[in-house]
This record gives sequence, C-alpha cells and structure tokens, in this order.
Amino acid sequence: MGGHLRLQPRTEQRVVQFFMYLMTSIAVLVLVFILVVILKNGLPQLNLEFLTKNPADMGREGGILSTIVATIFLTFIALLVATPLGVGTAIYLTEYTVESRITRIIRFGAECLAGIPSIIFGLFGFILFVNKLKFGWSILSGGLTLAFMVLPTIIRTSEEAIKAVPSAYRLVSFSLGSTRWQTVTRVVLPSAIPGIVTGVILSIGRSIGETAAVIFTAGSALRMPTSLFSSSRTMSVHFYILAKEGVSMPKAYGTAAVLVISILVINIVTYYLMEKYIKRKS
Amino acid sequence: MTKLEKNDRLVRLGLLMIALSAISVLAIITLFIFEQGTPIMFRYGFKSFLLGQDWYPSEKSFGLLPMIVGSLMVTFGALIIGVPLGLASAIFLTEFSHRRLTRILKPVIELLAGIPSVVYGFIGLMFLVPFIRDNFGGPGLSVLAASLILGIMILPTVISIAIDSIRAVPDSYREGSIALGATRWQTVRMVVLPAARSGIIAGIILGMGRAIGETMAVIMVAGNAADIPGSILAPVRTLTSNIALEMAYASGEHREALFATGVILFIIIMILNTIANVTSTRQRKK
Repeated sequence: MGGHLRLQPRTEQRVVQFFMYLMTSIAVLVLVFILVVILKNGLPQLNLEFLTKNPADMGREGGILSTIVATIFLTFIALLVATPLGVGTAIYLTEYTVESRITRIIRFGAECLAGIPSIIFGLFGFILFVNKLKFGWSILSGGLTLAFMVLPTIIRTSEEAIKAVPSAYRLVSFSLGSTRWQTVTRVVLPSAIPGIVTGVILSIGRSIGETAAVIFTAGSALRMPTSLFSSSRTMSVHFYILAKEGVSMPKAYGTAAVLVISILVINIVTYYLMEKYIKRKS
Repeated sequence: MTKLEKNDRLVRLGLLMIALSAISVLAIITLFIFEQGTPIMFRYGFKSFLLGQDWYPSEKSFGLLPMIVGSLMVTFGALIIGVPLGLASAIFLTEFSHRRLTRILKPVIELLAGIPSVVYGFIGLMFLVPFIRDNFGGPGLSVLAASLILGIMILPTVISIAIDSIRAVPDSYREGSIALGATRWQTVRMVVLPAARSGIIAGIILGMGRAIGETMAVIMVAGNAADIPGSILAPVRTLTSNIALEMAYASGEHREALFATGVILFIIIMILNTIANVTSTRQRKK
C-alpha cells in the first residue's frame, strides 16, 4: 500500500480502529435517532381515544381505528394465502425431492420475487386484482398482493426451520413404518412449527409497514371496512397521506408511533424465537 | 402399487404444484408488467423512452431519461453513504469490538431494518430537508436528501450481510496471519476482507436493489421534478416515484407509459438480482 505518509503498523491499527468506532457510532446513532424522534413525538398523542375512534375530517380529528382494522384484515388475508403456499413449498424442497434443476428453478423464483420492488407488486396487483378480476380497490386485492410479496420470506424461514429438525426423527418414524406424508405431518412439522411461526410473524411485520403495494390495490378510503370488497386505508397509507399532504403532524406522529411500536414488538418476538428455535448460520 | 404408495405420489404431485407457486407468480408479474408496458414502447420507439428528456404525458411526450438518471443518481449516492458506514460498522462489530457490544448492537441494527420506509421518509422530510435547505441552499428536497435517506435505509442490509460473510471466514486464516506478525488491521485488510469479498459484494448489491426499488421514502424527500438534476441540491424524480405519483389519476397512454417505467425498473432489478445471485452462489461453492 503506497502513500506518502507511512504509519507504523501499530499506529495505523489505532487510527483505523478509532475511525471504525466512529463510523459504527454514527450508524447506530442515526438509526436510534429515528426511533427516539418517532416515540418522543408520537407517544404523547396516544390514548384510548386515538386507538378506538375512527378518523374524522380527513384524519385531522379522531383516532385511527378504521385504519387499524383495515391493516389487520389485509395482513390476515395475506398470511392466509401465503402460509400454505410457503410451507408447502418448503416441505417439497426439503422432504420430497433432491437438489435438481426443478429445485434450482423454484429457489431462483423465490429469490427473484424477494428482490422485486413493492411498487411493481402494486402495479401488478392493480392490473390483475383491481382491474382484470374486478375486485376493485379492496381488502381482497391488497391482501392478495401482499401475499405474493411475503411468500419468499415464508418459504425461506420454513425451509430453514424444517432443515433444523434432526434427521434421526425422520429415520425413527420411517422405521416404524410411517409413510413420508405421515412423517412430515406428525413428526417433522410439529418440531418445525416455532420456526415456521417466526417466518409468519416476520411477514406480518412487513405487511403492516408496506405502503407502495397497498395504496394502489386496497385504495385509501377512510371508512371502516365492512366486507372483503371495501376499499380501505391501512395505517401506513394513512400515515403517508397525513405526512405527505401535511394534513396533521400530531396525528401523523401518533400513527407512526403505533406503526413503529407494533413492528418493533413483532420483530423482537421474531428475534427471540429465531435465537431459540432456528440455529442461525454463524 | 399399494394404496399408501399411491397417496404418497398424489401428495408429492400436490406439493410440487404448490412449490411452483413462487416461480409462477414471478412469471405472471413479468407477463402483466410487460404486456401493459411494452406496446407503447414499440409504438413510440425505445429510443424516445430511454433517451427522451421530456416527460409531458398530456402532450404524449414520454421521455424517461430524467427518471433513469434520477434513480441511478440517488442509488449511487445511497451507496456512497451506506457502504462505507455499513462496512466499517460490520468490520468493527466482528473484528474489533467486545463480543458483548456486538451481541447488543447486531440485533438492534436488525430490528431497525423493520422500520417502514414511510417512517424513514417522514424523518427525512421533518429534519433532513429543512437542514439541507438552511445550510446548503436550494429547496432542500433534493438528490442529497434522497441519497442520505436511502443510504441510511440500506445500512441494516449491508451491515448484517457483511457481518455474516466476515464471520464465515475461518478463524485459522486470522490465526495464520497474526502468527506471521501482522496486526489485526493488516489481517482484516489483507486476509479477512478478501476472503469475505463475494458475500460483502452480494450484500451491497442487495442494498442497491433496495435503494433503486424504494418508493415512498424517496417521494417524500426528493422533490420529484421530472428534470435531470443539475446539482445534488436540485430536486429529482426516480422511476419508482414516477409510477407512484401519477398512477392514481393516469389513464390511457399515460397509464401505459407508467407501466413502461415499471418495465425499465423491472429489467434493472432483475440484472442486479442475477448478479447478486451469482456472486453469493460463488462464495457458497468455495
């Protein structure tokens, strides 16, 4: 390494170490700053009324109940669709086949899907569900779009969870005369459940925070949703509109706080489950 | 064939169908986006889309160059900010810090990866944009603001993947180097980083994909003018923002042109994905 100023290796080490310490502090502080700002400004807005009243006057008054309900419905539909597909895929990949061209194609599909930006999912959901299938802007369109978005996450975590089940379990089950399906449903899946649940919870977190894919598929109506076909506004879309259009900063902070707290709780639970049940690649 | 064996075959077939869902969804998405977006590109010519500088949908002028340049600028800016910070943090947390500090900080950083992008955008709008406006001039809503926010947003991705690939380097490499009299930093620079290189690059490419695909955070801080930015303090519009800003009211050819924007975005992302895929597979094989 050329350079006009050549430092003693030991001094160089000190300089670099200090520099890295500084960079790490900046990174962590910036991320923590975001959290602190949201909670500091948002928590004072939170009270029972905020959580149990519907928004009024375009969100300037009232609470965010209808957006909470919409978020829950949308997330529920997304997982109802994505969980069987994701777990089924994982079972096929781990228990029913060996590495081959087909598994490579399946994995490639899941990885590419994971990299597609949410706005593309939004465009797709808009054309397929809202327009072609005529579901309109609705809970159903939004939920199905989200299902496709979280599918890769569920596949990956379920696969890891199933792989973590010791092969001795399967051997014992086979030696007792069980079929593969019996082994999967009665031995493998029960031991893999905590890991699978982790993936599902992680996907709940992603669904709650998603905006771009939801705004063009579920719409942004502020009414309380009454059916699968109601157009409705999720918390993150509500927050986006409040903040972007400057409707009400206090309400925006309050909504952000609810969003961030729910996602943090979800992620902390996931982290705990992961540490406990899935051996993480070290 | 016994009944049990027959059932098992049926199950296998059913599971294969399910397992093909992800790749089918990918195929359907590709099909729909291209079906909606490419006809208009053929009608007006690819050149007028890729190189046209004027985006006036009402006058049938659909030049996407400002948005392509905009996306590349903010993504490049995000990398300039996110990669040094992220890599330095990853190296510090794996090679230099106390184990206990790493045990606390790594989960904290990973938790922050879950914060929704709208929240990042909002913080940018409330703090970063006024700061840039007051100290550097310009409207504040700018390439600089978008790059900074995206750089911060990709930090968790870059850090956690870099940490994983640095940790995957066998300790015997480090021991060998230190036994030869190298300092820790020399060991990191000449032994650990080269060994972890492809994993780190894959992480950076993933972060890049996240930055180029990000929509809501960018819309809130970028100003969204559909012109090629003259400086980093000028407003900018990205491919993603172009879609999100106009989709709500677009119809006819205007809507098709937004899908064409999606096609270009899609192609850029797929190229990045493939590169990331190939690089990380190469490391796994080693």
